[in-house]
Amino acid sequence: MRGPLRLTTTRESALSTVATILPLAASGDDSGFHAPSIAEFFPDPIFFAGTPFEINRIILVRLFTTVVLVTIFVIGARRAKVVPGRFQNVLEMGLDFVRVNIAEEILGHNARRFVPLLTTIFFSILFFNITGVIPFLNIATTALIGMPIVLALWVYVTYLWAGVSKFGVGGYLKNSLFPPGLPAFLYVLVTPIEALQVFLFRPATLALRLTANMISGHLILVLCFSATQFFLFEAGGALKAASLLSLGAGIAFTLFEILVAALQAYIFTLLSAAYLNMAVEEEH
Amino acid sequence: MTPLATLVFAAAESEETVNPLLPAPADLVWSLVVAVIIGVAFYRYVLPRFTEVLDERTAKIEGGMAKAEQAQAEAAAALAEYRQQLADARAEAARIREDARSEGQQIVVEAKSKASDDASRVLENAQRQVEAERTQAAVALRAEVGALATELASRIIGESLADEARQSRVIDRFLDEIEASAAAGKEA
Repeated sequence: MRGPLRLTTTRESALSTVATILPLAASGDDSGFHAPSIAEFFPDPIFFAGTPFEINRIILVRLFTTVVLVTIFVIGARRAKVVPGRFQNVLEMGLDFVRVNIAEEILGHNARRFVPLLTTIFFSILFFNITGVIPFLNIATTALIGMPIVLALWVYVTYLWAGVSKFGVGGYLKNSLFPPGLPAFLYVLVTPIEALQVFLFRPATLALRLTANMISGHLILVLCFSATQFFLFEAGGALKAASLLSLGAGIAFTLFEILVAALQAYIFTLLSAAYLNMAVEEEH
Repeated sequence: MTPLATLVFAAAESEETVNPLLPAPADLVWSLVVAVIIGVAFYRYVLPRFTEVLDERTAKIEGGMAKAEQAQAEAAAALAEYRQQLADARAEAARIREDARSEGQQIVVEAKSKASDDASRVLENAQRQVEAERTQAAVALRAEVGALATELASRIIGESLADEARQSRVIDRFLDEIEASAAAGKEA
């Protein structure tokens, strides 16, 4: 768990560095440089403008990714044979990764019934994340918080339901809000914290962690490449050389984003498994 | 989150206020739609199908292993049977050899006892014959000695007993006659 946290801080410090450079670059030359802003994530609608079914570029990418994801796995499943080919091997490796390294690792003997949920969530997030570094798509659709919220709610409802159906409402609340082995007066402190954890923080942090990572990743990439464009074509003289630096940074961050895309899918799924485990295991 | 928030606020100053942490209705709608699509595809088709294939593979591998185990068991049984037969054959051979040897010993023992019986019988016969001949000889001798003694006595009495020289001549002549008669009897 320490790894992902450290990565997040690294990335945030990188982001703050970039953010401090940004005004300098902008004030250095007040021509056509446009710093990336949060408006990146709210492009103009393309279809159904003004309705709840409004489709903009990012939603289109999301729909496209869905089609690709479902197509790959449906074709893979349809062609699945007892003796696997290369394509099937790759898919099975991914499925095995979720089943063995996440579900069985965390949930042990409870893993089996949660494998479909974890698998679906892992591959959805992985595919929605990875579009951030795919040319012409260039946006991780999990950067819009709707998708992380839906997935986090799915996990939230599942772990509440799993806990309640196993221990009953009272049993589940007692299990999760009153961790055994504490002196009685500590429950005054612990129980509200646990309640916030179970009912708010767990789903909220799941969604926020994913969205914040994808938003910041996208902003860094936009910043690097738009700075490159600016330095190369609009800045004068020696500043043109700076374009090499920003281009290099852009390439490096692109590679980094591939890692982050996979890592965030892994973390989201791993934490989901951990929360499910806390809901259904007998002893804390 | 601080730098991100800074960026957000920086953006908010210049443009219309948007909060990236509050979902737009369309965002939620389409998130729900794609989640349902992916969920249905995975739960209804993809994952069961892969599970089925994996189970089938497990069954096939287990079946193959069972078959191999069976073949191995059969081979082991055949080997055991072969060894048993070999051991039986060896035991049989040893038994036959043992029988032959004991039979041979028996034959030797029988032959020896028969030979010794024969020998003792021959010896007995010989002894009996010798005894008979001796008895016969003794009987004959006794009769002859009586006659001879009588004859000798008459001759001695017939000659003059006073002449010692004549007396010894008579005895010598008598013995010579006996020897001559014995020699004649031997030749005959």
